[in-house]
Amino acid sequence: MTEVHILSRQLYSSNRHRRLASFALVLPLLVFLIFSYGFPIGTMLWQSVSDKEVGAALPQTVVALASWDGKTLPDEMAFRALAADIKKARADETLAPAARRLNYDVSGFREVLFRTARRLPPADTASAKDYLTKLDPAWSDLAYWGAIRNAAGPASLYYLLSAIDLRSDPAGSIVAKPNDSAIFIDIFFRTFEMSLIVTLICVVLGFPVAYLLASLPARLAYPLLVLVLVPFWTSLLVRTAAWVVLLQNRGIVNHALIDLHILNEPTALIYNRLGVYVAMTHILLPYFILPLYSVMKGISPNYMRAAASLGARPIRAFVKVYLPQCASGITAGCLLVFTVAIGFYITPALVGGAADQMISYYIAFYTNTAANWGLACALSVWLLGATFILYVVYAKLAGGVAGPKT
Amino acid sequence: MMSRFMRCIALATVGAFVTTAAAARDLTVVSWGGAVQKAQSTAFLEPFAAESKAPLRQASWEGGIGILRAKVQSGNADWDVVEVESDELAIGCEENLYEKLDWSKIGGKDVYFPEAVHPCGVGALLYSFVLAYDPAKVKDAPKSWADFYDLNKFPGKRALRSGPKLTLETALMADGVAPADVYKVLSTDEGVNRAFKKLDTIKSSIIWWQTGQKPVELLASGEVAMTGVFNGRITAAKNAGKVFNMVWNQSMFTWDSWVILKGSPNIDAAYKLLAYMEDASRQAKQMTMLANGTSNKASIGKVDAKVAADLPSAPENAAHAMEVSAQFWLDNFDKLSDRFTKWVAQ
Amino acid sequence: MTFGHEHRPLSQRMTRLALWVITILVLTYLIAPLLAIIPLSFSSSAFLNYPIPSFSLHWYEDFFSSPEWRLAIWNSLVVGSITALLATSLGTLAALGLNRADFPFKRVITGFFISPLVVPVIILAVGTYFFFAPLRLTGTYTGIILAHTTMAIPFVVITVGATLTGLDENLVRAAFSLGAHPVRVFFKVILPLVLPGVISGAVIAFATSLDEVVMILFLAGPEQNTIPRQMFNGIKYYLSPTITAVATVLVVVSIAILGLVGLLRRRMEKLRASAAEH
Repeated sequence: MTEVHILSRQLYSSNRHRRLASFALVLPLLVFLIFSYGFPIGTMLWQSVSDKEVGAALPQTVVALASWDGKTLPDEMAFRALAADIKKARADETLAPAARRLNYDVSGFREVLFRTARRLPPADTASAKDYLTKLDPAWSDLAYWGAIRNAAGPASLYYLLSAIDLRSDPAGSIVAKPNDSAIFIDIFFRTFEMSLIVTLICVVLGFPVAYLLASLPARLAYPLLVLVLVPFWTSLLVRTAAWVVLLQNRGIVNHALIDLHILNEPTALIYNRLGVYVAMTHILLPYFILPLYSVMKGISPNYMRAAASLGARPIRAFVKVYLPQCASGITAGCLLVFTVAIGFYITPALVGGAADQMISYYIAFYTNTAANWGLACALSVWLLGATFILYVVYAKLAGGVAGPKT
Repeated sequence: MMSRFMRCIALATVGAFVTTAAAARDLTVVSWGGAVQKAQSTAFLEPFAAESKAPLRQASWEGGIGILRAKVQSGNADWDVVEVESDELAIGCEENLYEKLDWSKIGGKDVYFPEAVHPCGVGALLYSFVLAYDPAKVKDAPKSWADFYDLNKFPGKRALRSGPKLTLETALMADGVAPADVYKVLSTDEGVNRAFKKLDTIKSSIIWWQTGQKPVELLASGEVAMTGVFNGRITAAKNAGKVFNMVWNQSMFTWDSWVILKGSPNIDAAYKLLAYMEDASRQAKQMTMLANGTSNKASIGKVDAKVAADLPSAPENAAHAMEVSAQFWLDNFDKLSDRFTKWVAQ
Repeated sequence: MTFGHEHRPLSQRMTRLALWVITILVLTYLIAPLLAIIPLSFSSSAFLNYPIPSFSLHWYEDFFSSPEWRLAIWNSLVVGSITALLATSLGTLAALGLNRADFPFKRVITGFFISPLVVPVIILAVGTYFFFAPLRLTGTYTGIILAHTTMAIPFVVITVGATLTGLDENLVRAAFSLGAHPVRVFFKVILPLVLPGVISGAVIAFATSLDEVVMILFLAGPEQNTIPRQMFNGIKYYLSPTITAVATVLVVVSIAILGLVGLLRRRMEKLRASAAEH
């Protein structure tokens, strides 16, 4: 009895020891990735909801507006708080970030704030409300006060809503943005549309290639596979540069078409949607062909032979017998191509025009140029969400965690 | 930006790695690339590096206050002296991203044109956004933005800078708004609608460029017959043997400024460079290459008449020009940029 | 019926022919752009077009001797090598751990290790940029290497993991039962068996870094310009023939990498087969 007990304990402890040792091997990478990957993603998520500039610059105003109903002008107390806050914020140099944040919501708010800061009411004014509403009509506009209240922070859904063309009105309910500034749904839609088209082209071009290669003996298939693998391994920038050289107005393709008298003058093949489709398909096609090839390779030709011997026409045999067996491979390939496609940035940026940019371009634009970091992060959050859902479906179908380039 | 807790963990984890940051690095000067930077490099940067025997690194950028804000607020500015546009100067100064200049170190305010003096920056270039065309491709000489927008009289593609700034202005002027009234009209919703409506008329014929050198290439390759472009790039192309013409009527002028990023570890060298660039003869040398105005009042007397005639400040060029409003774009860029993005994709 | 029988071979042959035609067209589409720019890199003309007036190595000279390109080459090699080293060491250890035993959250942790592959690179870049900036890691080699390592890790974990699934556990147990020190076991028994996978992982990690530009655009300062960044600028601002020379060199490099990985895979299969025999 005791012996069995000791034995099981020894076993248990050796297992435990083994587990600990395994975990110790995993730990360095875990720590590394938490730092260099987990924290960045965490920072991005936090930035998409962080909204603290206005609360920091106008603390008293925010408190005074906390119980405001959003339907009538705020009371004298709020006006006085605003005047005091602006004065202090200007001295602390916290006014500029707050003005920038409020200007995102209500265009022109920056100017109102700085104009007000230059002509603040005297300390002994009878009514700050009268003074400020007379100074600037904006202070009689609920939209301005609503913007301050909704930006009270320290966190809010402002950027996440903004990234899908929604906003909060002064009363606090969520409404659609005015049509002029509603841009992101269109851009997301464009991103999905372009990715879908590229995916479909990949299916149409990739399926016959994978099918033929899978049916060939290795001696023939391998050299042809190399023709798929070499572009797959070649730098994205090399391939993009190649397409620019080929397709530009004075490029090789235009030149050839003119020499052959097919064209009279160069036609635009690049810096438009066509150029983006050509270059993106070129990059993504191997992602479709290679996994599908290996799936098809695993399908025994005996099934087709059996179907044929039972008198099925080739087309029927193909549709009823072959296709179902590689359906999961096609779906997985499509999801893989689509998932990679929606994150494209460099290729559309270099071969596309202004109307062909995908969501990644705007994330970069709002990070670097427009410097609206909250919005850049909020757009990232939605893109990440879409990618995550696609990936989960892909992983279910592919039955594992294999990704691109494997 | 992130919680103190996260920052502590991060710092502790990376502790061993952080050795290179904030270490001594070369003075880094950032300008707009292409012909502009080449001229600056020849006139100022290379001789300065040679004379001071201190290596100087150059980089190019396309503008964007976000880049500067990120660099300064992270306390990790790897740029020192940067050429910025007027709205970037205003907004960055407001947000405390630049050193407040000590004018005694760079010759005093009096040697400069008053427009080139700003608490945070000293004028680098006075330049204009002009209509330029290739006379070989265009039969009639275009005379104004109205001609630029006239597809019947001037068929073919034309190029403009991607974005609302410098684009909406051309549309309004083409639609008959006097240069002096452009920003007044553009401040109203009707004015913005009017500008986009005018842009609609040539939308399918516009090629959008982002970097200053691109329109010159588009013009040279014959892809466009006309373009909106910064004048210095055209002068540089003309110096290189191209035959292009500029239309100064309804041109838009603006100042670029040199700023020193806040917290630059090379602040002394940066001031020395700014002082070096103040020199009138060196500025005249740059002007000969670029035909952009410079900040030192005396520099204008040191270039020959042919060059002077191509400057934005030449009386006949300035007569029908307007200044780009930094304030307007400060207040309206976000809104109009969204609208532009939407419009361009439709 | 007989009618159909007589014609079936013909229609099948037609289908076959159509498949061949499509395949050849698609493969041409895949490979032709790469082949088209190679001759241009040897042209003496500054115009990127045919016919080529005369042969010249001018653009290669520019690539290997101009200070900007030299800096870019140096940076790419340094960043790529350290990335490969770091990613391979961390990734190999983790793959060993993941293969050895079950522990809590193993599936979640594996998924976490692989996930940088799935997240769009722009998101990684933006997140890393905002996280690294206050730590003063932007504009440093350290920052770029950390970011590239993150992107390369999944490839190492997958490649080494694939080798390990074929690893004969008995060999390791035998070594342990003979009283060998774990470190000795690792270097004498495990490493030789997984070495092809480890080298493949390192090569792919290097290639990942060598090809990466988005992170560089966000994180690198002017002193950390790499070859892809320099190419990006070239394509964006002015497409000089030097780009075609760089592209040609990179095509050769990628073919070499492809060959190397193929070779290692074959070696791996051989090892596995011989291990299975014993």
